[in-house]
Amino acid sequence: MAKLTIDGREIDVENGITVLQACEEAGVEIPRFCYHERLSIAGNCRMCLVEMEKAPKPIASCSMPVADGMVIRTNTEMVKKARNGVMEFLLINHPLDCPICDQGGECDLQDQAMAYGFDHSRFVENKRAVSDKYLGPLVETHMTRCIHCTRCIRFSTEVAGVEVLGATGRGENMEVGTYVEAAISSELSANIIDLCPVGALTSKPYAFEARPWELTKTESIDVMDAVGSNIRIDSRGREVMRILPMLNEEVNEEWISDKTRYACDGLARQRLDKPYVKKDGKLRPVSWNEALAAIAERMQDLDGDKLAAIAGDLCDAEAMTALKGLISSMGSTNVDCRQNGAKLQAGLRASYIFNTTIAGIERADACLIIGSNPRIEAPIINARLRKRASAGDFPVGVIGENVDLTYRFQHLGVGASTVKEISEGTHEFFDVLKSAERPMLILGQGALSRPDGEAILASARLIAEDTGMVLGEWNGFNVLHTAASRVAGLDLGLVPGDAGRDVAGILDGAASGEIEFVYLLGADEINMSKLANAFVVYQGHHGDAGAHAADVILPGAAYTEKDGTYVNTEGRVQRGRRATFPPGEAREDWTILRALSDVLGKTLPYDNIGELRAEMVQQAPALGQIDIVSPSSWGDFGVLGEMAEAPFKSPVANFYMTDPISRVSETMAACTEVFVQDGERTGTDG
Amino acid sequence: MLSDTDRIFTNLYGLQEWGLDAARSRGDWDGTKDILAKGRDWIIDEVKASGLRGRGGAGFPAGLKWSFMPKESTGKPHYLVVNADESEPGTCKDRDILRHDPHKLIEGCLVAGFAMGANAAYIYVRGEFYREAAILDAAVQQAYDAGLIGGDACGSGYDFDIYVHRGAGAYICGEETALLESLEGKKGQPRIKPPFPANMGLYGCPTTINNVETISVAPTICRRSASWFASLGRENNTGTKVFCISGHVNNPCNVEEEMGIPLRELIDKHAGGVRGGWENLKAVIPGGSSVPCLPKSICDDILMDFDSLREVKSGLGTAAVIVMDQSTDIIAAIARLSKFYKHESCGQCTPCREGTGWMWRVMERLVTGDAEIEEIDMLLDVSYEIEGHTICALGDAAAWPVQGVIRHFRDEIEDRIKMRRSKTAA
Repeated sequence: MAKLTIDGREIDVENGITVLQACEEAGVEIPRFCYHERLSIAGNCRMCLVEMEKAPKPIASCSMPVADGMVIRTNTEMVKKARNGVMEFLLINHPLDCPICDQGGECDLQDQAMAYGFDHSRFVENKRAVSDKYLGPLVETHMTRCIHCTRCIRFSTEVAGVEVLGATGRGENMEVGTYVEAAISSELSANIIDLCPVGALTSKPYAFEARPWELTKTESIDVMDAVGSNIRIDSRGREVMRILPMLNEEVNEEWISDKTRYACDGLARQRLDKPYVKKDGKLRPVSWNEALAAIAERMQDLDGDKLAAIAGDLCDAEAMTALKGLISSMGSTNVDCRQNGAKLQAGLRASYIFNTTIAGIERADACLIIGSNPRIEAPIINARLRKRASAGDFPVGVIGENVDLTYRFQHLGVGASTVKEISEGTHEFFDVLKSAERPMLILGQGALSRPDGEAILASARLIAEDTGMVLGEWNGFNVLHTAASRVAGLDLGLVPGDAGRDVAGILDGAASGEIEFVYLLGADEINMSKLANAFVVYQGHHGDAGAHAADVILPGAAYTEKDGTYVNTEGRVQRGRRATFPPGEAREDWTILRALSDVLGKTLPYDNIGELRAEMVQQAPALGQIDIVSPSSWGDFGVLGEMAEAPFKSPVANFYMTDPISRVSETMAACTEVFVQDGERTGTDG
Repeated sequence: MLSDTDRIFTNLYGLQEWGLDAARSRGDWDGTKDILAKGRDWIIDEVKASGLRGRGGAGFPAGLKWSFMPKESTGKPHYLVVNADESEPGTCKDRDILRHDPHKLIEGCLVAGFAMGANAAYIYVRGEFYREAAILDAAVQQAYDAGLIGGDACGSGYDFDIYVHRGAGAYICGEETALLESLEGKKGQPRIKPPFPANMGLYGCPTTINNVETISVAPTICRRSASWFASLGRENNTGTKVFCISGHVNNPCNVEEEMGIPLRELIDKHAGGVRGGWENLKAVIPGGSSVPCLPKSICDDILMDFDSLREVKSGLGTAAVIVMDQSTDIIAAIARLSKFYKHESCGQCTPCREGTGWMWRVMERLVTGDAEIEEIDMLLDVSYEIEGHTICALGDAAAWPVQGVIRHFRDEIEDRIKMRRSKTAA
């Protein structure tokens, strides 16, 4: 501990922190532009200057480590003059175009100019103008506004792991940009917009759309992947204007992926806003009563084993509870939440969650990745892995595709034979894991969704047990999901019961006529052609694959339009909140199922979301613990067996388009064009 | 006046060969093994006792700097870095050492490197010094071939390597931490301190950075004793110093002189006097472009050392004496320096990046008189907003010349503004 005197008040702080952090602990606010908690210290804006006793000059508090006996003053004339001076310098070449700047109202420079700026400028020379840079379809630049804090450079280099941004030129001609014009090829690129303290980097899709003070801000949870990033939905009226990250140290820190941020324009396109029923081969809009009656007519007298239901990847736990309740009340056990056919079983929670937890990655000291490309399946988790890798002494082995993960790894192999070698202890990486104190492995959907997924799961369990990954409080066995609904689905037991059919079984049954009725709850990622003979009900929010195959369409709510519970890949239960209302006649999903159950005469036993949640928690007690990840007990799972030689392939082919919302997003389409298809272009294109 | 027997740089003018044999005949590499045999502490104590202050501009006591290096090995290599990126306008002393007396520097590297426990020395030579770097390279090779450096240097049992690295021509790379960045292959931008290089320097290892002249005099101090060196000059400003006299003098030259020599004597004796006589003197920049200029009234009796010049709010800097006679447009001269600093600012931190350009633009208007009287005080205020608020000393270096010209020649600036105003009115 170090004892400091800050503005006459003594305070004890831990060693190793900076004067700026100590001042914050003492409740003294220090203005800053370049300093950011999660980035390296640059010390270049000079806004955080404070007076230190015995130092002839003011010191930059962001970069000065505390020392015992330091006397710091932040409110003297010297400090005031220094800060006023720095503010004046920042403003002389900054265009005072706040009225047309998107950062207006949430601009650090604007805010701090109120406190430290002069009321007029003494600068009568010409101001600097800088040509704007092209950084891709997401980040708009107004480089004349840049104050050279280098946060964007440090973020892309340190956190995102792509060394594309840098400063060229010297002195007042210094410019931030990509050395050669290029879009920032990172799944986290748009975070630099949040980091930019001024309006130099702004959001391209959101440009000139709204002012911050017009927006209603709703804290919620993202569903674009299984990370469960904490987000803030900014809406105006019925429209979601933008999505920003919320701080959650345990999950996404303060970053979100570009898809999380920008797929939201898909919420306004191709929406299902009224019920439809297929008449004479054509879907026609009908009233809710007609639609529900049409379903009841087909469903009423059907045997349970001719009925089936599939829950999609974006479903909230409440809707899945209602779906399960409805289907079992009809006497069916043909229900599944694993659209991709992952060979995971409900029951033993440790077998299907990310036991280490995302924050726990930072404590691990070796990692094996099997059949996963975390960079596109869960960019936020990949950023944690990179953070851990950057800290050093973190051997990473990858079995699967050999792609750039933004950190160094050893490519061990492409398929199951390498998994077998490690599980039998004959591979050298076995010893790497064995000698590590807290080793971890990440098992991806690319391995689990194969026909031999159960055998791979068992082999991974063996590796975990034999290398000491499951020891005391440490559990290094991790399944990386790609669907936001999956863990909740498994928690709630949305898997086929005895003699029930899984997704593949349902599809085959529908094709052969053994299944006559299929209820799709937002399920779009399956082979719809097999459903041609069955009566298909699609409940969801977008006119995607499922709606095209449907005989009845029930318009539901997207994740921004309902209160819902989501469980991320760690098994962390989080609550999303409604930011806007669903369009047209669309309704929150659980209420649709509840209404249908009423029509069927099998009324589900809850009248409001509180009662539903009580029922839900009764079925799956884990869902009652909001935002807590408690360790799960270990056990036996997976079935050892033959493994096929085919190489592992990530289930995500195009990061920017993975679900009905992102598939219709114009922004995601633009990203796909720039980042995914770019490499496939030939000279004859365009 | 320094007697010839007290000269350290006996081949400053290149009248003899630079090679090893000639250097040996001048006394270099004489008993180097014995010096090393006296041990690290002895060398550091001797240099401390000599009162040697850094010759690169800041005047930090050299022995004290060396003693900041970890006494025990930290498990990492330790480095000595020699700053030969001599780019300060008016300064050309290191250049003559590099090309005419390179073995002084090489021997100095070994002695100083040994004293601070360095495993290797990097000599960062200004990019434009192509010939000098070639000579230094050849001299280093001679020293290797003669077993003076390398494994078991001079038979002392100490292993010591020297590498010559050429810069790419940025003034800022003469700032010690920017030099380290550049040496590591990065963009030359000063680092924030702490951590200081003695703890975290080149490649994160303990490093000491010294000027060429500082390192070059170390062996002679060890050979001739600290008391000899300390007997020259006056207290706290001891020894000899290479002065670079340029500008409006009859015979611009480099000359090694005793510290504390009167400025007038320096100019009259060695540079052939001010062009047109002493009375024709207008101002002198006594220590390279970054220190404030002095008007004739101060130049008349000022002594050339660190403390005397500090008393008159200037500095010895690199001891590059720039002499300006009455024909000089002092405002334009300083405006040119402002342009230099604006051009050489690295752009990393705000006050220097934005302020140097602002000062230069105002200075340019002051040259023509296209300004308001109040802008002089504004300019002074801007210079104070830069000074002391930057990461490195380039901000200070840009501010001081402007402060100097306003301090001593405000009348001239005001007259010019008034003159222009009366002209435009007419």
